[in-house]
Amino acid sequence: MIGADLTTALPEIVLALFAMAMLMVGVYGGKDKLAEPILYATAALMVMLALYSGTQSLEAQTAFNGMYLKDGFAQFAKMLILVSAAVVLVMGKSVMAEGGLLKFEYPILIALSVVGMMLMVSAGDLIALYMGLELQSLALYVVATMNRDSTRSTEAGLKYFILGALASGLLLYGASLTYGYAGTTVFAGILSTISDDGMSVGLMMGLAFMLAGLAFKVSAVPFHMWTPDVYEGAPTPVTAFFATAPKVAAMALIARLVHDAFGTVPGDWSQIVAFLAAASMFVGAIAAIGQRDIKRLMAYSSISHMGFALVGLAAGTAQGVQGMLVYMAIYVTMNIGVFAFILTMRRDGKPVTDISEMNQLSKAEPLRALALLVLMFSLAGVPPLVGFFGKFYVLWAAVDAGLTWLAVVGVIASVIGAFYYLRIVYYMYFGAESEPLDTVRAPVQGTLLVACAMIMVVGVINLFGIDGMAALAADALVR
Amino acid sequence: MLNLLSIITFTPAVAALILAVFLRGEDEAAQNNAKWVAFVATLATFAASLILLFGFDTADTGFQFVEEHEWILGLTYKMGVDGISVLFVMLTTFLMPITIAACWNVTHRVKEYMIAFLLLETLMIGVFTALDLVLFYLFFEAGLIPMFLIIGIWGGKERIYAAFKFFLYTFLGSVLMLVAMIAMYVDAGTTDIPTLLQHQFSTESFSLMGWQVIGGMQSLLWLAFFASFAVKMPMWPVHTWLPDAHVQAPTAGSVVLAAVLLKMGGYGFLRFSLPMFPVASDIFAPLVLWLSAIAIVYTSLVALMQTDMKKLIAYSSVAHMGFVTMGIFAANKQGVDGAIFQMISHGFISGALFLGVGVIYDRMHTREIDAYGGLVNRMPVYAAVFLLFTMANVGLPGTSGFVGEFLTFMGVFQVNTWVAVVSATGVILSAAYALWLYRRVVMGELIKASLKGITDMDRREKAMMAPLVAATLILGVYPAFITDIIGPSVSALVDGHALALQAHEAASQLAQN
Repeated sequence: MIGADLTTALPEIVLALFAMAMLMVGVYGGKDKLAEPILYATAALMVMLALYSGTQSLEAQTAFNGMYLKDGFAQFAKMLILVSAAVVLVMGKSVMAEGGLLKFEYPILIALSVVGMMLMVSAGDLIALYMGLELQSLALYVVATMNRDSTRSTEAGLKYFILGALASGLLLYGASLTYGYAGTTVFAGILSTISDDGMSVGLMMGLAFMLAGLAFKVSAVPFHMWTPDVYEGAPTPVTAFFATAPKVAAMALIARLVHDAFGTVPGDWSQIVAFLAAASMFVGAIAAIGQRDIKRLMAYSSISHMGFALVGLAAGTAQGVQGMLVYMAIYVTMNIGVFAFILTMRRDGKPVTDISEMNQLSKAEPLRALALLVLMFSLAGVPPLVGFFGKFYVLWAAVDAGLTWLAVVGVIASVIGAFYYLRIVYYMYFGAESEPLDTVRAPVQGTLLVACAMIMVVGVINLFGIDGMAALAADALVR
Repeated sequence: MLNLLSIITFTPAVAALILAVFLRGEDEAAQNNAKWVAFVATLATFAASLILLFGFDTADTGFQFVEEHEWILGLTYKMGVDGISVLFVMLTTFLMPITIAACWNVTHRVKEYMIAFLLLETLMIGVFTALDLVLFYLFFEAGLIPMFLIIGIWGGKERIYAAFKFFLYTFLGSVLMLVAMIAMYVDAGTTDIPTLLQHQFSTESFSLMGWQVIGGMQSLLWLAFFASFAVKMPMWPVHTWLPDAHVQAPTAGSVVLAAVLLKMGGYGFLRFSLPMFPVASDIFAPLVLWLSAIAIVYTSLVALMQTDMKKLIAYSSVAHMGFVTMGIFAANKQGVDGAIFQMISHGFISGALFLGVGVIYDRMHTREIDAYGGLVNRMPVYAAVFLLFTMANVGLPGTSGFVGEFLTFMGVFQVNTWVAVVSATGVILSAAYALWLYRRVVMGELIKASLKGITDMDRREKAMMAPLVAATLILGVYPAFITDIIGPSVSALVDGHALALQAHEAASQLAQN
């Protein structure tokens, strides 16, 4: 039995063992001199594990008495997490090295947090859920303070830690209530309790507290306060990481929890999720207008985007989950592209983040400016760019589920949000004459930026089939 | 020709791609190459669209040249034209070479300028040929991106304000339409426009937050579409983005904006609002008619007091679009015929007027009316051409402007006499502002020292005006060129509308008994 269980959870085990082995290598080997090879090895392993997950059968399997689930949904989310984490690692390497932050712990911590994320999307039990979440978060708290000499970075890490601990507390409280009223921590057990005895008030409270704790992780309003500060304070490559993989994992975890454990009573949680979605879309769109720092701006942008992804979940249907997964895949691609750009923002050799620094970039570097223009319009959800289809999918799911009001709220928020994306285009193309940013020779970031922009344009043909895969994944979750 | 419509639609985009990838350098030779590539591409598109026109069977009221491919999520890539849309395709392809010719003097970022216009052409044609809701939306919205850049990069002093206002105003209008489109998809199970034209959307009234919604779902859908098309059109009181955008846009941008982009709103009313939501259209028709009448009178009065030539013509465009909406929602044959005719003719006339302003702006770099006067002394050809289009704008018989206004009046008069009477005063006002403009700019003694050296139109400018002059006159004396093509489709549209209303009437009678 144990052998079968271990095989089912093979990717997590391999990655965890790898991280620990590398820790030993790092400590007894050359320390930070080994950081670069370790980083590349981690990225390579992640890509291989993504391929492994992709080639596995879609048949649902459970391990460790239902604590670990392996199905199409988990596989889709894992592939997304692994690939984006690997890309972000490679993308940020040179910048970490420049800032003297390329310590050998960095890739290892990222790897451990990815193990946590993989566990989150495969969780079939409240304990497994909590374990995955904490493993992910603890690693991320440390990564956020990577730049130990900077007060900003340490402040960001501390804020993240304290608010994260509060959220974990809420989550745990909710989990304990749920356990108390359902008598079990296994999702399938909770589901059958609800379908037998109905939804009790205690379970309702438990669900609400757990959703609050998870909303913190996806930085949904009103649990979003940490996001701008952490995004701004953390080293940029780390910010890029925060904006991508953890968001996918947390979003997938919410989907997992509400459908696997509370799937029979969508009406009860759909209201909560709909409120989180509407508030996030609006606050994200409005608060970003005043931001001058591109990292803070991207923080609010990600809050708004999480709102849209939650719209899909609020629908409470397979279409909704499909929409959410498509949305997250597109969101991650767009963010990788934008952060590839932010990583190369330099003036006189120093990194800058003020958006007015981009003045007239289109003259100095037409290609970079064009790629960023495409990404900005895509983030704003203007067709024919792929960002529009993400919105289309979730709105469609919402209208289909009778949540037309939420769709209307969403599109209005997207118009408000369009303003600040357009403002970046404005600086690049019509801004005042000034010294352009440095021309940075950055093959990795440059390629990624252009590649992501190309994906946004070419994807209009068939979205690279991602919607079909997402549909399979959603069907695995919503039965 | 199996894929003729796709070829027409994407030829400019391919040319844009070629320009983007292969053209290097900023010197004069490279700039000229960019202009020539764009010009040839738009001409080729026009040639291809002529094949479309000659192959078009006017007796057939269905969609022709249809092509269909699978797309994502049950959506289809479906294209086709009927009698209503084919002329808009022609209008676009006809005007684009002229537009490109109008930017020959541009020296700032020429390559990008040409790419923006070529992409815009693809998107504009796509709007008129798309037969799938989402595909339509895709083209409809995507047009905002190149236009935003055209105004923002190559525009006048206040270009940034104008570009943002243009983008956000029209974006807000259209996103509501997106929600409505999704609701239609959910309700009908398809986004195929020909199928949706046969689908009946529920008219059962229900209460929403304590309000009784008469006309039910149709009314809500109609309002959402109205939000988009009324802004695009633009109708009073949501027209305020247009004067800003027009004044700040470069000449070629103004031409495209007035001649084609505004027509998307009218086309949308004809393609979606009227045939798909007949009951709601009937409920809201008085509202639209009165808004149109107000637009005609009010914006004509506003135009009278303008000191900037482009702004004056922009307000006059709003007034003329008032005739279009009025004609469409009269929902009878003359009204709809007249509306389409008016849109086509306004495409030529307003395009020519903006080109005319561009001609003297290129020489004097001002659009202030006070800076001119007595141009006839040094620019006789220009004076003649400008006179023709001023008269056409007023609606002088013998020009295409007359036919459109006359037909819409006839249509509206049968439906609502008072609206017809009120808007008829707009014709007088339009004569007032147009002739006064002409008087101040062209006639009189040439006393201003700055104007002493002004030269008449050169060969390029004459060449780009000539086709517009011809089109205006030919359509003015022989309107059947257009009415023969649109006639059968418009009849089908109007009859279908009347039938749907009768059926609804009968059903509600039955329900009462």
